Amino acid sequence: MINVTNLRRCFGPIVAVDDISFEVGKGEVLGFLGPNGAGKSTAMKMLACFLTPDGGTATVCGHDILRNPIKVRQSLGYLAENAPAYGEMTVGSFLNFICDARKIQGKARGETIEHITGLCAIESVYHQTIDTLSKGYRRRVGLAQTLIHDPKVLILDEPTDGLDPNQKHEVRKLINKMAKDKCIVISTHILEEVDAICTRSIIISKGKILADDTPEALKEKYQCGLDEVFRMITKGESA
Amino acid sequence: MTGFWTVCKRELKGYFATPVAYVFLIIFLFFAGYLPFKERFFEARQADLRLFFQWLPILFVFMIPSTTMRLWSEERKSGSIELLFSLPITTSQAVLGKFVAAWFFIGIALLLTFPMPITVFYLGHPDLGPILTGYLGGFLMAGGYLAIGCFFSALTKNQVISFILAVVACAVIFSIGLPTTLDYLSGFLPKAILGAIENLSFQTHFESMQKGIVAFKDISYFILMIVGWVWACCIILEERKAA
Repeated sequence: MINVTNLRRCFGPIVAVDDISFEVGKGEVLGFLGPNGAGKSTAMKMLACFLTPDGGTATVCGHDILRNPIKVRQSLGYLAENAPAYGEMTVGSFLNFICDARKIQGKARGETIEHITGLCAIESVYHQTIDTLSKGYRRRVGLAQTLIHDPKVLILDEPTDGLDPNQKHEVRKLINKMAKDKCIVISTHILEEVDAICTRSIIISKGKILADDTPEALKEKYQCGLDEVFRMITKGESA
Repeated sequence: MTGFWTVCKRELKGYFATPVAYVFLIIFLFFAGYLPFKERFFEARQADLRLFFQWLPILFVFMIPSTTMRLWSEERKSGSIELLFSLPITTSQAVLGKFVAAWFFIGIALLLTFPMPITVFYLGHPDLGPILTGYLGGFLMAGGYLAIGCFFSALTKNQVISFILAVVACAVIFSIGLPTTLDYLSGFLPKAILGAIENLSFQTHFESMQKGIVAFKDISYFILMIVGWVWACCIILEERKAA
Protein backbone atom coordinates (compact mmCIF):
# COMPACT_ATOMS: atom_id res chain seq x y z
CA MET A 1 0.00 0.00 0.00
CA ILE A 2 3.02 2.21 0.40
CA ASN A 3 5.49 2.14 -2.42
CA VAL A 4 8.62 4.25 -2.10
CA THR A 5 11.03 4.61 -5.00
CA ASN A 6 14.38 6.39 -4.81
CA LEU A 7 13.14 8.99 -2.37
CA ARG A 8 15.70 11.71 -1.68
CA ARG A 9 15.71 14.95 0.23
CA CYS A 10 18.48 17.39 1.14
CA PHE A 11 18.55 20.32 3.54
CA GLY A 12 21.26 22.55 2.15
CA PRO A 13 24.44 20.47 2.08
CA ILE A 14 23.00 17.76 4.35
CA VAL A 15 21.45 14.77 2.66
CA ALA A 16 18.67 13.78 5.05
CA VAL A 17 17.18 10.96 3.02
CA ASP A 18 19.38 9.37 0.42
CA ASP A 19 17.71 7.39 -2.32
CA ILE A 20 15.59 5.03 -0.25
CA SER A 21 13.17 2.52 -1.71
CA PHE A 22 10.85 0.11 0.04
CA GLU A 23 7.35 -1.28 0.00
CA VAL A 24 4.86 -1.87 2.76
CA GLY A 25 1.77 -4.02 2.28
CA LYS A 26 -1.50 -4.49 4.10
CA GLY A 27 -1.19 -6.15 7.48
CA GLU A 28 2.39 -5.13 7.92
CA VAL A 29 3.73 -3.03 10.77
CA LEU A 30 6.98 -1.52 9.66
CA GLY A 31 9.33 -0.22 12.31
CA PHE A 32 11.58 2.57 11.18
CA LEU A 33 14.71 2.42 13.29
CA GLY A 34 17.70 4.65 13.36
CA PRO A 35 19.83 6.95 15.47
CA ASN A 36 18.83 10.60 15.90
CA GLY A 37 19.12 12.54 12.67
CA ALA A 38 19.03 9.40 10.55
CA GLY A 39 16.26 10.76 8.34
CA LYS A 40 13.31 8.86 9.80
CA SER A 41 11.13 11.90 10.37
CA THR A 42 12.08 13.45 7.05
CA ALA A 43 11.09 10.31 5.19
CA MET A 44 7.79 10.19 7.05
CA LYS A 45 7.09 13.86 6.39
CA MET A 46 7.55 13.22 2.70
CA LEU A 47 5.13 10.30 2.81
CA ALA A 48 2.61 12.54 4.56
CA CYS A 49 3.06 15.13 1.79
CA PHE A 50 4.33 17.76 4.19
CA LEU A 51 7.75 17.92 2.56
CA THR A 52 8.30 17.58 -1.14
CA PRO A 53 11.13 15.24 -2.11
CA ASP A 54 14.09 16.48 -4.13
CA GLY A 55 14.09 13.28 -6.10
CA GLY A 56 12.15 10.06 -6.44
CA THR A 57 8.56 9.58 -5.45
CA ALA A 58 6.19 7.37 -3.51
CA THR A 59 2.64 6.18 -3.76
CA VAL A 60 0.21 5.70 -0.89
CA CYS A 61 -2.89 3.61 -1.65
CA GLY A 62 -2.10 4.08 -5.33
CA HIS A 63 -1.95 7.89 -5.13
CA ASP A 64 1.27 9.62 -6.02
CA ILE A 65 2.58 11.98 -3.33
CA LEU A 66 3.72 14.51 -5.91
CA ARG A 67 0.75 14.48 -8.25
CA ASN A 68 -2.07 13.84 -5.86
CA PRO A 69 -1.12 15.00 -2.36
CA ILE A 70 -4.70 15.72 -1.28
CA LYS A 71 -5.82 12.17 -2.11
CA VAL A 72 -2.83 10.82 -0.21
CA ARG A 73 -3.67 12.91 2.84
CA GLN A 74 -7.24 11.72 2.72
CA SER A 75 -6.21 8.10 2.83
CA LEU A 76 -3.58 8.24 5.53
CA GLY A 77 -3.37 9.18 9.16
CA TYR A 78 -0.19 10.94 10.19
CA LEU A 79 0.97 11.58 13.72
CA ALA A 80 3.85 14.02 13.64
CA GLU A 81 6.65 14.03 16.17
CA ASN A 82 5.53 15.71 19.43
CA ALA A 83 1.89 15.42 18.34
CA PRO A 84 1.30 19.07 17.39
CA ALA A 85 -2.15 20.50 18.07
CA TYR A 86 -3.81 23.85 18.62
CA GLY A 87 -3.22 24.53 22.28
CA GLU A 88 -6.00 27.03 22.83
CA MET A 89 -8.71 24.63 21.65
CA THR A 90 -10.51 22.15 23.84
CA VAL A 91 -10.15 18.49 22.94
CA GLY A 92 -13.76 18.45 21.79
CA SER A 93 -13.50 21.45 19.50
CA PHE A 94 -10.18 20.18 18.18
CA LEU A 95 -11.71 16.84 17.20
CA ASN A 96 -14.63 18.67 15.64
CA PHE A 97 -12.18 20.73 13.63
CA ILE A 98 -10.51 17.56 12.35
CA CYS A 99 -13.94 16.18 11.45
CA ASP A 100 -14.64 19.40 9.52
CA ALA A 101 -11.45 19.01 7.56
CA ARG A 102 -12.05 15.33 6.92
CA LYS A 103 -15.69 15.83 5.97
CA ILE A 104 -17.13 13.66 8.72
CA GLN A 105 -20.55 15.20 9.26
CA GLY A 106 -23.95 14.78 10.80
CA LYS A 107 -24.73 11.63 12.72
CA ALA A 108 -21.51 9.94 11.70
CA ARG A 109 -19.56 12.67 13.45
CA GLY A 110 -21.11 12.09 16.85
CA GLU A 111 -20.54 8.36 16.59
CA THR A 112 -16.98 8.77 15.35
CA ILE A 113 -16.01 11.13 18.12
CA GLU A 114 -17.59 8.93 20.75
CA HIS A 115 -15.81 5.88 19.37
CA ILE A 116 -12.44 7.58 19.10
CA THR A 117 -12.48 9.22 22.53
CA GLY A 118 -13.26 5.80 23.99
CA LEU A 119 -10.55 4.11 21.97
CA CYS A 120 -7.88 6.60 23.01
CA ALA A 121 -9.22 7.01 26.56
CA ILE A 122 -9.60 10.78 26.42
CA GLU A 123 -13.25 11.13 27.53
CA SER A 124 -12.17 12.58 30.87
CA VAL A 125 -10.35 15.53 29.26
CA TYR A 126 -12.88 16.19 26.51
CA HIS A 127 -13.70 19.70 27.74
CA GLN A 128 -10.17 20.69 28.72
CA THR A 129 -8.00 22.91 26.55
CA ILE A 130 -5.09 21.06 24.98
CA ASP A 131 -2.53 23.40 26.55
CA THR A 132 -3.49 22.17 30.00
CA LEU A 133 -3.03 18.48 29.19
CA SER A 134 -0.10 16.33 30.25
CA LYS A 135 2.23 15.00 27.60
CA GLY A 136 0.60 11.58 27.59
CA TYR A 137 -2.89 12.97 27.08
CA ARG A 138 -1.67 15.32 24.36
CA ARG A 139 -0.22 12.41 22.50
CA ARG A 140 -3.40 10.45 22.86
CA VAL A 141 -5.35 13.38 21.48
CA GLY A 142 -2.89 13.37 18.58
CA LEU A 143 -3.49 9.67 18.12
CA ALA A 144 -7.24 10.24 18.14
CA GLN A 145 -6.80 12.86 15.45
CA THR A 146 -4.77 10.41 13.38
CA LEU A 147 -7.30 7.60 13.65
CA ILE A 148 -10.51 9.57 13.37
CA HIS A 149 -11.22 8.82 9.72
CA ASP A 150 -10.19 5.17 10.04
CA PRO A 151 -7.36 5.47 7.52
CA LYS A 152 -5.95 2.45 5.70
CA VAL A 153 -2.41 3.68 6.10
CA LEU A 154 -0.96 4.98 9.35
CA ILE A 155 2.29 6.85 9.72
CA LEU A 156 3.25 7.37 13.34
CA ASP A 157 6.37 9.28 14.28
CA GLU A 158 7.44 8.07 17.73
CA PRO A 159 3.90 7.38 18.94
CA THR A 160 4.89 6.18 22.41
CA ASP A 161 7.45 8.86 23.22
CA GLY A 162 6.65 10.49 26.55
CA LEU A 163 4.04 7.98 27.63
CA ASP A 164 4.19 6.10 30.90
CA PRO A 165 4.65 2.30 30.78
CA ASN A 166 0.93 1.63 31.08
CA GLN A 167 0.08 4.03 28.31
CA LYS A 168 2.84 2.59 26.15
CA HIS A 169 1.33 -0.82 26.64
CA GLU A 170 -2.10 0.51 25.69
CA VAL A 171 -0.84 2.14 22.52
CA ARG A 172 0.99 -1.00 21.49
CA LYS A 173 -2.13 -3.04 22.13
CA LEU A 174 -4.08 -0.60 20.00
CA ILE A 175 -1.57 -0.85 17.16
CA ASN A 176 -1.56 -4.64 17.33
CA LYS A 177 -5.35 -4.65 17.21
CA MET A 178 -5.46 -2.48 14.12
CA ALA A 179 -2.51 -4.12 12.42
CA LYS A 180 -4.20 -6.82 10.41
CA ASP A 181 -6.27 -4.66 8.11
CA LYS A 182 -4.06 -1.61 7.95
CA CYS A 183 -0.62 -0.74 6.81
CA ILE A 184 1.36 0.93 9.57
CA VAL A 185 4.74 2.62 9.59
CA ILE A 186 6.10 3.66 12.97
CA SER A 187 9.38 5.23 13.85
CA THR A 188 10.96 4.62 17.20
CA HIS A 189 14.22 4.17 18.94
CA ILE A 190 12.81 1.93 21.61
CA LEU A 191 13.90 -1.49 20.47
CA GLU A 192 11.62 -3.55 22.70
CA GLU A 193 8.78 -1.86 20.87
CA VAL A 194 9.98 -3.31 17.61
CA ASP A 195 9.92 -6.76 19.15
CA ALA A 196 6.46 -6.17 20.54
CA ILE A 197 4.65 -4.82 17.52
CA CYS A 198 6.62 -4.74 14.28
CA THR A 199 6.40 -7.43 11.67
CA ARG A 200 9.32 -5.93 9.83
CA SER A 201 12.01 -3.40 10.58
CA ILE A 202 14.12 -1.09 8.49
CA ILE A 203 17.29 0.28 9.99
CA ILE A 204 18.24 3.61 8.54
CA SER A 205 21.29 5.74 9.20
CA LYS A 206 22.49 8.91 7.48
CA GLY A 207 19.59 8.68 5.09
CA LYS A 208 20.41 5.21 3.80
CA ILE A 209 18.68 1.91 4.44
CA LEU A 210 21.16 -0.46 6.06
CA ALA A 211 18.92 -3.39 6.87
CA ASP A 212 15.40 -4.45 5.94
CA ASP A 213 14.13 -7.64 7.51
CA THR A 214 11.90 -9.09 10.19
CA PRO A 215 13.21 -8.54 13.72
CA GLU A 216 13.61 -12.31 14.12
CA ALA A 217 15.63 -12.66 10.94
CA LEU A 218 17.92 -9.83 12.03
CA LYS A 219 18.54 -11.43 15.39
CA GLU A 220 19.15 -14.74 13.64
CA LYS A 221 21.57 -13.25 11.19
CA TYR A 222 23.72 -11.47 13.74
CA GLN A 223 23.22 -14.03 16.50
CA CYS A 224 22.45 -11.44 19.16
CA GLY A 225 19.75 -9.21 20.63
CA LEU A 226 18.11 -6.44 18.65
CA ASP A 227 19.91 -3.61 20.39
CA GLU A 228 23.26 -5.16 19.57
CA VAL A 229 22.18 -5.62 15.97
CA PHE A 230 21.22 -1.96 15.92
CA ARG A 231 24.55 -0.91 17.35
CA MET A 232 26.54 -3.08 15.00
CA ILE A 233 24.75 -1.86 11.92
CA THR A 234 24.64 1.85 12.69
CA LYS A 235 28.11 2.07 14.25
CA GLY A 236 29.66 0.03 11.47
CA GLU A 237 28.46 2.68 9.09
CA SER A 238 30.03 5.59 10.91
CA ALA A 239 33.36 3.83 11.58
CA MET B 1 -13.91 24.63 -0.47
CA THR B 2 -14.26 22.49 2.66
CA GLY B 3 -10.64 23.20 3.51
CA PHE B 4 -11.17 26.93 3.20
CA TRP B 5 -14.21 26.99 5.48
CA THR B 6 -12.62 24.66 8.01
CA VAL B 7 -9.57 26.87 8.41
CA CYS B 8 -11.61 30.06 8.37
CA LYS B 9 -13.99 28.84 11.05
CA ARG B 10 -11.27 27.53 13.33
CA GLU B 11 -9.29 30.73 12.98
CA LEU B 12 -12.21 32.97 13.76
CA LYS B 13 -13.12 30.90 16.80
CA GLY B 14 -9.47 31.09 17.81
CA TYR B 15 -9.62 34.89 18.00
CA PHE B 16 -12.39 34.74 20.54
CA ALA B 17 -11.08 31.72 22.43
CA THR B 18 -8.02 33.72 23.43
CA PRO B 19 -7.85 37.29 24.80
CA VAL B 20 -6.43 38.44 21.43
CA ALA B 21 -9.79 39.56 20.08
CA TYR B 22 -10.88 41.43 23.18
CA VAL B 23 -7.60 43.21 23.75
CA PHE B 24 -7.48 44.21 20.11
CA LEU B 25 -11.08 45.42 19.99
CA ILE B 26 -10.81 47.48 23.15
CA ILE B 27 -7.57 49.20 22.14
CA PHE B 28 -8.71 49.73 18.57
CA LEU B 29 -12.08 51.17 19.54
CA PHE B 30 -10.54 53.39 22.17
CA PHE B 31 -8.13 54.99 19.72
CA ALA B 32 -10.67 55.08 16.90
CA GLY B 33 -12.78 57.25 19.19
CA TYR B 34 -10.07 59.16 21.01
CA LEU B 35 -7.98 60.35 18.04
CA PRO B 36 -10.82 62.19 16.23
CA PHE B 37 -11.97 63.59 19.57
CA LYS B 38 -8.51 64.97 20.26
CA GLU B 39 -8.56 66.56 16.80
CA ARG B 40 -11.66 68.56 17.76
CA PHE B 41 -14.30 66.25 16.41
CA PHE B 42 -17.02 68.20 18.19
CA GLU B 43 -15.59 71.71 18.05
CA ALA B 44 -15.30 71.47 14.26
CA ARG B 45 -19.12 71.57 14.17
CA GLN B 46 -19.19 69.50 11.00
CA ALA B 47 -21.52 66.55 10.65
CA ASP B 48 -19.14 64.18 8.89
CA LEU B 49 -16.64 61.46 9.73
CA ARG B 50 -13.66 63.04 7.97
CA LEU B 51 -11.60 63.15 11.16
CA PHE B 52 -12.42 59.56 11.99
CA PHE B 53 -11.42 58.27 8.56
CA GLN B 54 -8.33 60.44 8.51
CA TRP B 55 -6.88 58.56 11.47
CA LEU B 56 -7.90 55.10 10.31
CA PRO B 57 -4.87 54.41 8.04
CA ILE B 58 -2.41 55.36 10.79
CA LEU B 59 -4.22 53.27 13.35
CA PHE B 60 -4.18 50.34 10.94
CA VAL B 61 -0.41 50.62 10.46
CA PHE B 62 0.07 49.44 14.03
CA MET B 63 -3.07 47.51 14.80
CA ILE B 64 -3.29 45.26 11.77
CA PRO B 65 0.22 43.79 11.94
CA SER B 66 -0.55 42.95 15.56
CA THR B 67 -3.38 40.68 14.44
CA THR B 68 -1.54 39.18 11.50
CA MET B 69 1.86 38.60 13.12
CA ARG B 70 0.79 35.31 14.61
CA LEU B 71 -1.10 33.94 11.60
CA TRP B 72 1.70 31.77 10.25
CA SER B 73 4.61 32.45 12.60
CA GLU B 74 2.83 30.82 15.51
CA GLU B 75 1.71 27.92 13.39
CA ARG B 76 5.27 27.25 12.25
CA LYS B 77 6.81 27.77 15.66
CA SER B 78 4.46 25.41 17.48
CA GLY B 79 4.63 22.83 14.71
CA SER B 80 0.86 22.80 14.27
CA ILE B 81 1.47 23.64 10.63
CA GLU B 82 2.49 20.01 10.23
CA LEU B 83 -0.88 18.95 11.54
CA LEU B 84 -2.69 21.42 9.32
CA PHE B 85 -0.98 20.22 6.18
CA SER B 86 -1.43 16.56 6.97
CA LEU B 87 -5.16 17.20 6.64
CA PRO B 88 -6.60 17.28 3.13
CA ILE B 89 -6.23 21.05 2.84
CA THR B 90 -4.20 22.82 0.16
CA THR B 91 -1.82 25.67 0.92
CA SER B 92 -3.93 28.22 -0.91
CA GLN B 93 -7.10 27.13 0.91
CA ALA B 94 -5.34 27.52 4.24
CA VAL B 95 -3.83 30.91 3.37
CA LEU B 96 -7.14 32.23 2.09
CA GLY B 97 -9.01 30.79 5.04
CA LYS B 98 -6.78 32.56 7.51
CA PHE B 99 -6.78 35.78 5.53
CA VAL B 100 -10.56 35.91 5.21
CA ALA B 101 -11.00 35.12 8.92
CA ALA B 102 -8.70 38.01 9.82
CA TRP B 103 -10.49 40.29 7.38
CA PHE B 104 -13.84 39.33 8.81
CA PHE B 105 -12.52 40.05 12.28
CA ILE B 106 -11.36 43.53 11.24
CA GLY B 107 -14.78 43.97 9.64
CA ILE B 108 -16.33 43.35 13.05
CA ALA B 109 -13.97 45.91 14.58
CA LEU B 110 -15.00 48.47 11.97
CA LEU B 111 -18.70 47.76 12.52
CA LEU B 112 -18.21 48.33 16.22
CA THR B 113 -17.23 51.92 15.53
CA PHE B 114 -20.95 52.50 14.88
CA PRO B 115 -21.28 55.07 17.69
CA MET B 116 -19.30 57.48 15.50
CA PRO B 117 -21.83 57.65 12.64
CA ILE B 118 -24.68 57.55 15.18
CA THR B 119 -23.19 60.58 16.90
CA VAL B 120 -22.98 62.64 13.72
CA PHE B 121 -26.48 61.58 12.69
CA TYR B 122 -27.79 62.58 16.07
CA LEU B 123 -26.07 65.96 16.04
CA GLY B 124 -26.64 66.96 12.43
CA HIS B 125 -27.55 65.91 8.94
CA PRO B 126 -24.47 64.31 7.44
CA ASP B 127 -24.25 63.05 3.90
CA LEU B 128 -24.66 59.27 4.04
CA GLY B 129 -22.72 58.61 0.82
CA PRO B 130 -19.21 59.53 1.97
CA ILE B 131 -19.75 57.68 5.24
CA LEU B 132 -20.66 54.46 3.44
CA THR B 133 -17.87 54.73 0.88
CA GLY B 134 -15.49 55.66 3.68
CA TYR B 135 -16.35 52.45 5.52
CA LEU B 136 -16.08 50.46 2.31
CA GLY B 137 -12.71 52.05 1.62
CA GLY B 138 -11.61 51.39 5.20
CA PHE B 139 -12.57 47.75 4.89
CA LEU B 140 -10.75 47.34 1.57
CA MET B 141 -7.72 49.14 2.93
CA ALA B 142 -7.74 46.82 5.97
CA GLY B 143 -7.65 43.93 3.49
CA GLY B 144 -4.55 45.41 1.90
CA TYR B 145 -2.80 45.85 5.24
CA LEU B 146 -3.83 42.34 6.28
CA ALA B 147 -2.44 40.82 3.10
CA ILE B 148 0.89 42.50 3.76
CA GLY B 149 0.90 41.31 7.36
CA CYS B 150 -0.02 37.80 6.27
CA PHE B 151 2.95 37.74 3.90
CA PHE B 152 5.46 38.82 6.54
CA SER B 153 4.02 36.35 9.00
CA ALA B 154 4.75 33.51 6.58
CA LEU B 155 8.28 34.82 6.15
CA THR B 156 9.55 34.13 9.65
CA LYS B 157 8.90 31.94 12.67
CA ASN B 158 9.50 34.86 14.98
CA GLN B 159 6.41 36.91 15.74
CA VAL B 160 8.34 40.01 16.78
CA ILE B 161 10.25 40.11 13.51
CA SER B 162 7.10 39.54 11.50
CA PHE B 163 5.37 42.37 13.40
CA ILE B 164 8.17 44.86 12.85
CA LEU B 165 8.60 44.04 9.17
CA ALA B 166 4.87 44.32 8.58
CA VAL B 167 4.64 47.66 10.41
CA VAL B 168 7.51 49.07 8.36
CA ALA B 169 6.05 47.81 5.08
CA CYS B 170 2.59 49.14 5.93
CA ALA B 171 4.01 52.48 7.05
CA VAL B 172 5.96 52.85 3.81
CA ILE B 173 2.99 52.02 1.63
CA PHE B 174 0.81 54.37 3.63
CA SER B 175 3.20 57.29 3.85
CA ILE B 176 4.50 57.49 0.29
CA GLY B 177 1.14 58.99 -0.64
CA LEU B 178 1.25 61.77 1.98
CA PRO B 179 1.64 65.32 0.62
CA THR B 180 4.79 65.90 2.68
CA THR B 181 6.53 62.85 1.23
CA LEU B 182 5.45 63.72 -2.27
CA ASP B 183 6.65 67.31 -1.86
CA TYR B 184 10.02 66.06 -0.79
CA LEU B 185 10.27 63.52 -3.61
CA SER B 186 9.18 66.05 -6.22
CA GLY B 187 12.47 67.87 -5.64
CA PHE B 188 14.47 65.27 -7.50
CA LEU B 189 12.10 62.75 -9.11
CA PRO B 190 10.54 63.21 -12.55
CA LYS B 191 6.81 63.74 -12.64
CA ALA B 192 5.90 60.39 -14.21
CA ILE B 193 7.63 58.41 -11.47
CA LEU B 194 6.12 60.66 -8.83
CA GLY B 195 2.64 59.88 -10.17
CA ALA B 196 3.39 56.17 -10.11
CA ILE B 197 4.60 56.37 -6.52
CA GLU B 198 1.58 58.35 -5.46
CA ASN B 199 -0.72 55.77 -6.99
CA LEU B 200 1.01 52.95 -5.15
CA SER B 201 -0.06 54.31 -1.80
CA PHE B 202 -3.06 53.27 0.28
CA GLN B 203 -3.55 56.86 1.26
CA THR B 204 -4.24 58.18 -2.25
CA HIS B 205 -6.93 55.60 -2.96
CA PHE B 206 -8.51 55.69 0.45
CA GLU B 207 -8.72 59.47 0.37
CA SER B 208 -10.74 59.55 -2.81
CA MET B 209 -13.08 56.90 -1.39
CA GLN B 210 -13.77 58.80 1.81
CA LYS B 211 -14.85 61.76 -0.30
CA GLY B 212 -17.66 59.59 -1.60
CA ILE B 213 -16.12 58.58 -4.90
CA VAL B 214 -16.20 54.91 -5.77
CA ALA B 215 -13.87 54.67 -8.71
CA PHE B 216 -12.93 51.49 -10.52
CA LYS B 217 -9.23 52.30 -10.20
CA ASP B 218 -9.41 52.56 -6.41
CA ILE B 219 -11.34 49.35 -5.93
CA SER B 220 -9.14 47.47 -8.37
CA TYR B 221 -6.04 48.86 -6.66
CA PHE B 222 -7.07 47.38 -3.32
CA ILE B 223 -8.09 44.09 -4.88
CA LEU B 224 -4.82 43.80 -6.80
CA MET B 225 -2.91 44.63 -3.65
CA ILE B 226 -4.71 41.90 -1.70
CA VAL B 227 -4.40 39.27 -4.42
CA GLY B 228 -0.73 40.04 -4.97
CA TRP B 229 0.36 39.82 -1.33
CA VAL B 230 -1.81 36.81 -0.54
CA TRP B 231 -0.43 35.01 -3.56
CA ALA B 232 3.12 35.85 -2.49
CA CYS B 233 2.24 34.48 0.94
CA CYS B 234 1.16 31.17 -0.63
CA ILE B 235 4.44 30.91 -2.53
CA ILE B 236 6.58 31.74 0.50
CA LEU B 237 4.69 29.30 2.67
CA GLU B 238 5.01 26.51 0.14
CA GLU B 239 8.76 27.16 0.15
CA ARG B 240 9.26 27.52 3.87
CA LYS B 241 6.60 25.58 5.72
CA ALA B 242 9.01 22.85 6.72
CA ALA B 243 12.06 24.97 7.44
